[in-house]
Amino acid sequence: MSQPKIRLSGLTKSFGEKRVLDGIDLDMTAGRSMVILGGSGSGKSVTLKCMLGLLVPDAGMVEIDGRDVLKMPRREREALNDRIGMLFQNGALFDSLPVWENVCFKLLAQKRITRAAARDKAAEVLAQVGLAASVGDLSPAELSGGMQKRVGLARAIASEPEILFFDEPTTGLDPIMGAVIDGLIRDCVQRLGATAVSITHDMASARRIGDEAAMLHKGRIVWTGPAAELGHTGNAMVDQFARGEREGPIQMELRR
Amino acid sequence: MSAAEGQDAVPRPAAGGAAAMVLDGIAAIGRGVIGVTRDLGAVTLFAAEAVSHLVRPPFYGRILLRHFIEIAYFSLPVVALTAVFTGMVLALQSYTGFARFNAEGAVANVVVLSITRELGPVLAGLMVAGRIGAAFAAEIGTMRVTDQIDALTTLSTNPMKYLVAPRLLAASIALPLLVVVADILGVMGGWLIGSVRLGFASQSYLSATFNFLQFADVLSGLVKAAAFGFVIALMGCWCGYHSRGGAQGVGGATTTAVVASSILILAFDYVLTELFFAR
Ligand SMILES: Nc1ncnc2c1ncn2[C@@H]1O[C@H](COP(=O)(O)OP(=O)(O)O)[C@@H](O)[C@H]1O
Ligand SMILES: [Mg+2]
Repeated sequence: MSQPKIRLSGLTKSFGEKRVLDGIDLDMTAGRSMVILGGSGSGKSVTLKCMLGLLVPDAGMVEIDGRDVLKMPRREREALNDRIGMLFQNGALFDSLPVWENVCFKLLAQKRITRAAARDKAAEVLAQVGLAASVGDLSPAELSGGMQKRVGLARAIASEPEILFFDEPTTGLDPIMGAVIDGLIRDCVQRLGATAVSITHDMASARRIGDEAAMLHKGRIVWTGPAAELGHTGNAMVDQFARGEREGPIQMELRR
Repeated sequence: MSAAEGQDAVPRPAAGGAAAMVLDGIAAIGRGVIGVTRDLGAVTLFAAEAVSHLVRPPFYGRILLRHFIEIAYFSLPVVALTAVFTGMVLALQSYTGFARFNAEGAVANVVVLSITRELGPVLAGLMVAGRIGAAFAAEIGTMRVTDQIDALTTLSTNPMKYLVAPRLLAASIALPLLVVVADILGVMGGWLIGSVRLGFASQSYLSATFNFLQFADVLSGLVKAAAFGFVIALMGCWCGYHSRGGAQGVGGATTTAVVASSILILAFDYVLTELFFAR
């Protein structure tokens, strides 16, 4: 088997007493779309932030293209980040900037584009996520939740990254808008030929975006397999989660 | 900046009774000292990193200009009003006070020296601390709790360079300019009361003002102002940058930023005055 694009091994992270990640092992294949499933507060966002270098894990490795990113010098790490796009859970759009500057932020930051050209580029990328060019002049606060997700997606893909991370792209949207965003994500990932990692707790969304899926529970990966199998995997935990049943091996912890 | 962060650093004594209470008290003081020391170190490192970004490209001129206008231009009304009234009160107070030993003639000198050396920078600093320290803490704090700071990093932009460094520089430039305005208006306020209310001849009040004024008096005030501007922006940015816990956390960061920068302004004022004038 060829080298995975991203490999997590033994990833561990605690906040104070609470051990959020307890040895995550996961391989992500180049050009494929991986969805990581897990309940609220199971550490999905923390896992992504460790991959992005926003959080430093207590132990374990994050390898991208076979290189341990945690040991990289800062400059190389920054160069690597240039090749990664990220859609944050709540969009994390910069509300002091108009939409078009948000979309082209990375290109402008790296001076890959002039401010004049950035407007046209923003219109082009906004069109790819189904938004009119006129949206570019609005402020993020003027947008609905679905539009903010689209702009966040546009910002993530504008620099044509080879790795894309999506943190709960459909949470908080109505089912139709969720399906639309899923479709956009699929299209964008395919067009860029990118390796995608999405985290979600929405089963329909997971089946739509994912080629492969992994289930995160109590800080560990308890199952990996094809996303199409979700719901009838034979793994009691995954099937319970997929069907949203109260009874099963997963007990809701109200306190920990 | 909380002393409470040091709580785990000192174990609690197990003994009971009065001795335990004393030990508890000592432990609390110890925790406080450890917390403050750690915060001081952390703030210093934070400031050093931000300043180091000021001399390394890329530079964010557009953002610097925006903050400069926000601080300098939009603080003008509040700083101007503060300065005028302070000058007026100062003239009135020193006149009635000095009349007791027939030294009314010193009013103009007292006003101009107090304003340029002391009250101009300190009052402008406190006013700007309320406006700008709070605004910086709230802006950056909101960006922190909504993941916008993380988003900056993923968009190939160093948040220290993009958010903190321009704010520090803008405040350090803007405050001295505000203080020039405050100096002029404060002296004018004193002159107004002196000539209209206290019966000084307008011309002789003004010449008394400028006869004894030295460049060093004004300069010391401007240097103080630059230091205060830096401290205000630093506390605003630091508190915002390290805020967490949603809207409540941002609110707390804002309060802490204003309180801490106000206290630091007064403390720095003392230190700088020692440096300039104690011989
Ligand atoms: N910066 C942090 N400091 C302390 N605790 C955190 C931090 N980030 C996340 N956590 C905790 O880690 C757990 C997992 O969070 P997260 O990864 O955001 O969950 P989710 O799977 O819903 O995305 C939560 O219980 C959260 O309280
Ligand atoms: Mg999350």
